[in-house]
Amino acid sequence: MKRVFVTVGTTSFDDLIERVTSPEAVQELKARGYQHLVLQVGQGSILPDSDSCHELTLEAFRFKDSIAENIKCADLVISHAGAGSCLETLGAGKPLLVVVNDKLMDNHQLELARQLHQNSHLLYCTPSTLTETLKTMGLAVLSSFLPGQPKHFADFLDRALGVQ
Amino acid sequence: MHNAFALRSNWSKRVSVVAIMAVLLGLFTGFCFTVICVIVRLLIVIRSGSKCKPGEKGPVCVLIVAGSGGHTTEILRLMESLSQSYSPRHYIIADTDKMSEDKIRTFENSKKDTGSKGQFTIQRIPRSREVRQSWSSSVISTLNALLYAVPLVFRLRPDMVLCNGPGTCVPLCAAGLLLGLLGLKRVLLVYVESICRVESLSLSGKILYHISDYFFVQWSTLKDKYPKSIYLGRIV
Repeated sequence: MKRVFVTVGTTSFDDLIERVTSPEAVQELKARGYQHLVLQVGQGSILPDSDSCHELTLEAFRFKDSIAENIKCADLVISHAGAGSCLETLGAGKPLLVVVNDKLMDNHQLELARQLHQNSHLLYCTPSTLTETLKTMGLAVLSSFLPGQPKHFADFLDRALGVQ
Repeated sequence: MHNAFALRSNWSKRVSVVAIMAVLLGLFTGFCFTVICVIVRLLIVIRSGSKCKPGEKGPVCVLIVAGSGGHTTEILRLMESLSQSYSPRHYIIADTDKMSEDKIRTFENSKKDTGSKGQFTIQRIPRSREVRQSWSSSVISTLNALLYAVPLVFRLRPDMVLCNGPGTCVPLCAAGLLLGLLGLKRVLLVYVESICRVESLSLSGKILYHISDYFFVQWSTLKDKYPKSIYLGRIV
């Protein structure tokens, strides 16, 4: 069963939740073979009912200690532009579609999402272009994300500090 | 008689004025001299970083600044890569931080399992600045954090402070610098800018760029903008 996991981290992002559960977006997801939609809504005011959607099986919750399991089971992750969510998803090797909250002012988190998009690690859209993106997205072009190398840091520091 | 009295009081008035001015001038000169000495001393201390090699004498005592959320996750990724030569490890977290302590304990306990010896402590100080706090109140809360940071750093005497951007790190690095300024101990300041920072430095980064001994950035755009930084690619 193909699953989509939607996450907004610790923020509230009603626009995304509204758009992704709209009939048009749900149609697109169904057309692509997704059958299960899980929503992590954070502090948002919209918490959809599990029987509010007839086309897909829906599950919604606010917070969990860890969304690692949800990410692991997902075939597609749709996320806000938070660094933690992005890096956790890419680290798990899952296709990622980042939805930018254009109502947030001076959002420095965008820098990372933009850079990762430039390096073709994720796809990028806004709530208003979500449905269109779901229709036309090509997940196969996404290049895999190599994890960071803290060892380079350790080696450098050992040399600089004279650690034996 | 009246004239003589008037003359004498005039004269003593002039003497007092001159005396006061002499004292003020003396104080002012002394103050300027002290400031110049402090600046020169500061420059000497800052430039001495590369000669400081605490690893040669034995284990390196580290003071680790854990900010909230992503900051703690990133700093623990860095700590994971460091060998057991980095011990004891003192983690400093903000008093209002609820999540970091658990993450740190889980991390340190997993290290114990791999046979890695070395102690660690967790200490709390007041938070320097909440997200989006105004500039003026941030100055006050940072100074307040400094009042805690200075005695803490003076007591722990770390070889190195490791931080990655939360406001909490500014007073702790300032305290480390003070320790060096006073000739008590040369504390190395190691700063790793968060992976979220691609095009611009965080406020802490901008402040600490000039006084850090080792300043790491994780994207080449920042290396171009800040030439004294160290770029080793993504390290978290």
